[in-house]
Amino acid sequence: MKCLGKTMFGRQKKIPLNFKIGAAITGIMTLLILMSFVYTPYDITKMDSASKLAAPSFQHLMGCDNFGRDIFSRVLKGMENTFVIAFLTVVIGTAGGVMIGAFTGYFGGWLDEVLMRIIDVVFAFPSILLALVFVSIFGTGRYNVVAALGVAFVPSFARIVRGEFIKYREMDYVKSARLAGVGTLRIIFVHILPNTLTVLTSSIMIGFNNAVLAEAGMSYLGIGVQPPDASLGSMLSESQTYLFSAPWYAVFPGLMIILLVLGFSLLADGLKDPAAG
Amino acid sequence: MKYALKKFAAMLVTILCISFLVYLAFDLIPGDAALAALGTDVEPERLAAMREEMGLNRPFLERYFDWLVSFVRGDFGTSYKYHLPVAEMIVSKLPVTVIMALISFAIMTVVSLPVGIYTAKHSGGRIDRGITVINQIMMSVPHFFMGILITYVFGMVFKLFTPGGFVSYETDFAGFLAYIIFPCIAIALPKIAMSVKLLRGSCMGEGKKDYVRTAYSKGNDTNKVLYRHVLKNAMIPVITLWGMMLADMLVGSIVIEQVFNIPGIGRILLTSISYRDYPVVEAIIVLIAFVVVVTNFCVDLIYGLIDPRINVGAE
Amino acid sequence: MLLEVNDLNIEFHDHDVPERVVNHVSFSIEEGEILGIVGESGSGKSMTAMAIAGLLKRHDLEKKGEIFFAGTELLHASRAKLRTFQGNDISIIFQEPMTSLNPVKRIGWQVEESLKIHRPDMSREERRSRTIAALSDVELPNPEQVYKKYPHELSGGMRQRVMIASAMICEPKLLIADEPTTALDVTIQLQIVKLLQRLNKEKKMAVLFISHDLSLVKRLCDRIIVMQNGDIVEQGSAQAIFECPKERYTKELIEAIPRLEKLV
Repeated sequence: MKCLGKTMFGRQKKIPLNFKIGAAITGIMTLLILMSFVYTPYDITKMDSASKLAAPSFQHLMGCDNFGRDIFSRVLKGMENTFVIAFLTVVIGTAGGVMIGAFTGYFGGWLDEVLMRIIDVVFAFPSILLALVFVSIFGTGRYNVVAALGVAFVPSFARIVRGEFIKYREMDYVKSARLAGVGTLRIIFVHILPNTLTVLTSSIMIGFNNAVLAEAGMSYLGIGVQPPDASLGSMLSESQTYLFSAPWYAVFPGLMIILLVLGFSLLADGLKDPAAG
Repeated sequence: MKYALKKFAAMLVTILCISFLVYLAFDLIPGDAALAALGTDVEPERLAAMREEMGLNRPFLERYFDWLVSFVRGDFGTSYKYHLPVAEMIVSKLPVTVIMALISFAIMTVVSLPVGIYTAKHSGGRIDRGITVINQIMMSVPHFFMGILITYVFGMVFKLFTPGGFVSYETDFAGFLAYIIFPCIAIALPKIAMSVKLLRGSCMGEGKKDYVRTAYSKGNDTNKVLYRHVLKNAMIPVITLWGMMLADMLVGSIVIEQVFNIPGIGRILLTSISYRDYPVVEAIIVLIAFVVVVTNFCVDLIYGLIDPRINVGAE
Repeated sequence: MLLEVNDLNIEFHDHDVPERVVNHVSFSIEEGEILGIVGESGSGKSMTAMAIAGLLKRHDLEKKGEIFFAGTELLHASRAKLRTFQGNDISIIFQEPMTSLNPVKRIGWQVEESLKIHRPDMSREERRSRTIAALSDVELPNPEQVYKKYPHELSGGMRQRVMIASAMICEPKLLIADEPTTALDVTIQLQIVKLLQRLNKEKKMAVLFISHDLSLVKRLCDRIIVMQNGDIVEQGSAQAIFECPKERYTKELIEAIPRLEKLV
């Protein structure tokens, strides 16, 4: 009973502050993004020459850009674009990575050798460079960016999942399942895959952040989402010309990228190590 | 030695694979050198003749081999757009990008090493907590936005440099450095945050290990335990990260070059992409990949020097 | 009297309910004596060892009582003062030889480290020859070669010998052996125990031998302390404890020793 009491009272960890702040930021950002699907204060392409580069005010919370478009509305739409692209990227990366990682890790052998060599080669390539190659071949645009980044993200997930599978495939419970005649696919997806979720979840969150940063970088370079559609990266690129006269034009899109990434990385930290903070 | 040779062989194979994949990828794109030389509205007969003349009808592997041999010799082909040798276009720009990456890397190591060790040693203290918060935020800032902020703060408010006033290293090296230092800081800051975080965590993780207790039991004080025992072990994951970061910085400078209006490799790469000037894109990609792979090779070698366990694993 | 522990109490405060791991423990060790502490895991025996070795450093723990080593109080001594004893007069070897050595440093470097700290004026050559002598003293074959090796190149038993050599290098008056054989094969266990026995006789060095294995303790120790849940249950000469144990717990421990006749 002494032991029980100790765990009842002592081991109960508080939710770390990091996690709370991360959850709050991510919550607010998610609400804003959801809102942007149905409502933005202004039409994001509506130009108004009277309010060119207007400073933030109650009419235009974040001011206006060089065409007099409402920055807040464009930021919302840009976040939505960034979010959707990053989300799809991570989905492609995870799906591909889990498939390759699970099979190579579980079976090993020459297939593993060959695939991992290829993965290593792709991994040696910085992902944004790979995306640049992709875009230079298939052209710019939102879906090409998704495909490019998705492919670029496969190797990192494949490596992680493969490592986990190598660890688990030798475990006694897997061996006994094999002896009991459980099918290989069932062992892979039902017996092993759920165990990799902890590791996978945190790498998905880190992957999401990297995707957000990569997307922003690509649209900053003008090879991502194309104008007049809004994206945080291209807004930053445009804002630079007016940096001295309208610094808010640069600050708000940048701030939104930071918050998006910060919220997620705090959440990821909180999930990975509940004791931290 | 065996380990180094093995890694060297792996490096060569990787470079070959990359060059092959890149060549293959660009070979599949519709449009080729003949088309680029003659323009799109040319009679098919002339185009076919031109192709024959340029050797574009030969088997793929033969063309790849030719390309590879001339690439190794320093002949990277001819630009579709400018009709100049690609090597000539790149060579004068390469130092800008490489120097930027190296300076950023130097800033990162010089800053993150002491800060990481300090925060690990005084973990939980006020300064450590402050730095942890700053780190968290820094890691979330895209480096091109960091560049914009630096342009605004140091260029426009404090007027420490003229935004857009890049000076070529060929005309004024000191002026070049004075300008380039700001983009380098922009590249380095987020990386500093990441490597401080990793070094701190790695030091603290190592600090919980049994050999640390042994070291204390011999009468070592905290500093000796840290510098003689923990640090070398803690550096192993950090070296890996640094290797990846050097590659990242090289590529990152492509974006930062746009922010600070610097005519480097990134500028050529982006214009070539938009003009579909494939020989240039191809050459730059292969070159960057080459540098990345060589960096990884060096990291592996350093690894072998630090961690005696690795040499055995390779034999 | 070499070591005297008076009313040692150790309490953890990292949970809401304080947890007492060592409770009113008092004992002493004579010079050149081998004292055994037995008890199951969680009995507080390792904590006692850590307290004597000066390795309790957690902030959320409260320690009371006193530990005298050759007349000097250690439990509340400053870190700087403790360091002059650690590795010099008091040495310790641990349960896990696989992880107790630094993986990236050569064996020789690790063994002679205590000399660097406590005999700073010793020359490099002298340190080296002392170290090689210590390595051959713990019956390691080819000590010259072992000197240049890394921990991962040695087996568990060899690493524990290296640990002993490194603990003995400054010729301490007290060696604390905290479950030194638990992680080793049975045959190696015996070799290590015999080695400790020999070193104790030759160097006139007291040994505090901590183990949960009563049969090993019986082989090695002059006197035995039995601990349970942080309390000393019984103490006395090895013979007395084995022949007429007073406490039920001690009897249970003795019963638990596997015997050949029982198995047949």
